[in-house]
Amino acid sequence: MEWIRQRLDKIKQPFQKGRKYEKFAPAFNALDTFLFTPNHTTQKGAHIRDAVDLKRTMITVVIALIPALIFGMWNGGYQYYSQLGESFTFWDALGHGALKIIPMIAVSYAVGLGIEFAFAIFRGHEVNEGYLVTGLLIPMIMPIDIPLWMVALSVVFAVLIGKEAFGGTGMNILNPALTARAFAFFAYPTYMSGNSVWVSNASEVDAVSGETILGKLAAGSEVGYSSMDMFYGVIPGSIAETSALCILAGALLLVLTKVGSWRIMLSAFIGAAVMGLIFNALPSMGLEGNDLTNFPWYLHLIVGGLAFGVVFMATDPVSAAQTMKGKWIYGFLIGFLSIMIRVFNPAYPEGVMLGILLMNVFAPTIDHYVIQANIKRRKKRLENANTQVETAV
Amino acid sequence: MSKDIRIKRGLTLRLEGEAEKELVKAPRSKTYAIKPPDFHTVVPKMVVKEGAKLLAGDEIFYSKYTEQIRFTTPVSGVLKEIKRGDKRRILEVIIDADPENVYRDFGKMDAAKADAKDVKERVLESGCGAFIYQRPYNIVADPADTPKAIFISAATTAPLAADKGFIIKDKLDAFQEGINALRKLTPGKVHLCVDDSSAKYLKDIQGVELHHVKGPHPAGNVGVQIHKIDPVNRGERVWTVGVEDVAIIGNVFLTGEYHADRTIAVTGSEAKNRKYYQATIGANVSDFIGEVSDDVRIISGDVLTGTQLSNGQYICFHDNEVTMIPEGNNYRLFGWIPFTYNNIHSNSRTSLSWLFPNRKYTPTTNLNGEERALVVTGEMEEVLPMDVYPMQLIKACMAGDIEKMENLGIYEVAPEDFALVEYVNTSKLEIQEVIRLGLDLMITEVG
Repeated sequence: MEWIRQRLDKIKQPFQKGRKYEKFAPAFNALDTFLFTPNHTTQKGAHIRDAVDLKRTMITVVIALIPALIFGMWNGGYQYYSQLGESFTFWDALGHGALKIIPMIAVSYAVGLGIEFAFAIFRGHEVNEGYLVTGLLIPMIMPIDIPLWMVALSVVFAVLIGKEAFGGTGMNILNPALTARAFAFFAYPTYMSGNSVWVSNASEVDAVSGETILGKLAAGSEVGYSSMDMFYGVIPGSIAETSALCILAGALLLVLTKVGSWRIMLSAFIGAAVMGLIFNALPSMGLEGNDLTNFPWYLHLIVGGLAFGVVFMATDPVSAAQTMKGKWIYGFLIGFLSIMIRVFNPAYPEGVMLGILLMNVFAPTIDHYVIQANIKRRKKRLENANTQVETAV
Repeated sequence: MSKDIRIKRGLTLRLEGEAEKELVKAPRSKTYAIKPPDFHTVVPKMVVKEGAKLLAGDEIFYSKYTEQIRFTTPVSGVLKEIKRGDKRRILEVIIDADPENVYRDFGKMDAAKADAKDVKERVLESGCGAFIYQRPYNIVADPADTPKAIFISAATTAPLAADKGFIIKDKLDAFQEGINALRKLTPGKVHLCVDDSSAKYLKDIQGVELHHVKGPHPAGNVGVQIHKIDPVNRGERVWTVGVEDVAIIGNVFLTGEYHADRTIAVTGSEAKNRKYYQATIGANVSDFIGEVSDDVRIISGDVLTGTQLSNGQYICFHDNEVTMIPEGNNYRLFGWIPFTYNNIHSNSRTSLSWLFPNRKYTPTTNLNGEERALVVTGEMEEVLPMDVYPMQLIKACMAGDIEKMENLGIYEVAPEDFALVEYVNTSKLEIQEVIRLGLDLMITEVG
């Protein structure tokens, strides 16, 4: 360890202040601090600091994503082989999925981190760790067959327009991963929706029914999956969104480590359940409804991207509401709107993507009103204090 | 009447190296110093020159813009040196101490019976104005103001801080006289906040509104107590005085002399003689700690709000403790992996340290990361028990948005109230500095 440290310090020399490669210091520092937590000591203010830093926080989210990612790889292979009717082993399935998905992750990280590093050097700040999560999320919410160049283009759009245009990490209004998906969704709809994109190579094989459950419901066809299938996630869909079980595992880690806001998660599921219940109640109100409205509310929570979006994207602290009360409202509306969009507009089965993006835009407004209440309380106190003085005089 | 204040949000840091509850007499330093930078915003104007002979309690400088605030020498002796920094700013006024103090006689006065004007004049001429701070802004109080209340916190919650009950237990007469004097300075109440330790000694103090404070740090911060009892509104002034400082003020009235006694607790994992010392304000830190290696940080004050000293410098005016902790200028391999390095305390659950709530930690000065943009939300609110939105206020301070700062409650906070916020902050920002700059902006713009 000492030896590596010494080597690094030696390589670091030309990147020091006033030296030849000073400008590229952020790029080198990003690698250096990846290996070693630096020896910086406190200069002002509190002399001791908490062990947590942004790297830890972000890596925790990455760890929380891993169950869903591994399952997504396996499910990619499973869907492919089982639709073809071939026999296969666990490793065949995992291997098939991994071969599709790992290149997507590599492209996403290479392109995204490339831009991040470039901006860090250009703007002279350190490389922020936020992209570690975003870069993994982007492939995980894409269909398995999406061409790599589309992944790359979506990443470029998300990082440039979604994040850097607003000033970089911490300043963005929209969740970058969802910005990437929304970009792909509207730019290349044939690759992002329909019947044949959710199972790998489905378009090349006849008689493959690669529709997602929401797609089937919208089309009015037989679902053909049990609710347990839906919970475990052996259904077609975007790579990592299918398994409610794995997402639940990730959610547990996020909540236990307090990295993800349980308030947002809980309120979003409540919001989704409420909307689902309202739709379920339509028949008793004399309205007939359709397959989507009559789909049981609890199944609405586990199919489609809702669970994944709520757990991993709605909780993105930068684009979410920042106040405690705001988080409740924000989460609730995400769940509520997601199911509403999903049901009312079957052309956009991924209601959660639009739901979260919409609420991202409104999160500052929600916060504004929550904070305004605090300000009003303070002003009222001031008025009361003033009247007291006046009566005293 | 006793009222209880229960604080829920906050964080009590349990650190290795508490001082033993044993009071010993500190050796008398050869030199003592008053450091004008300890009094934020005060521009000193010297009244004596180098070589002047001084009695304890003689004025050495006053505040240029509020002339009534005078600063007096804590010991008798000869003014040795006026140390200046950039732009001839005065950093230290060093006094060569006599072996025994000779005091200037101000004359005894019964504060309870005396005229309010005389009490105020006595407090100011003896240099005790330097002990009285005001909120908003947390600066030395302007004697021209009339505060709506005076607050004294005798509760200790800061990590490794000197126990205020232990400090005051032998000075109760002077403390009572000090309260009598302070009562003359405000038409409102004098609030005294105690914890379990200090309640034993202070429960019979007359003329105060006694509050029992319970809860984690920063419950002992006077700012939090003000916020819970009688928050500061725009245009209002509240004064705060330290516990031991009340006794010093009281002594001026009882004896007619300025006894600048300061109890110093030497604490921290690197300190050798961890005890309470009976010392004098402005003492040299080297008398308490002896030889210290370079790998130790010497802090005047507690680990969250204190000032870094090098050996041979002087303890800050208001501080009751000297804390010594190891410097953390070492690298940690893969320090970012969650659930590793659990020997470093973390309020976040990405470390397993929360599983051992009774464990005592030996913190170092390592930043444990690098400065980043503000990303994580919700962590600051957990350790700030005020009806204030910390992150929004910090951002308003950074932006210098005066109206927003005012709306979000800048008048109710002081940098020390944000010390824990700074400690837990994932982005490693210097938040106390941000708040201080925000307050300074308010002073220049609003006053």
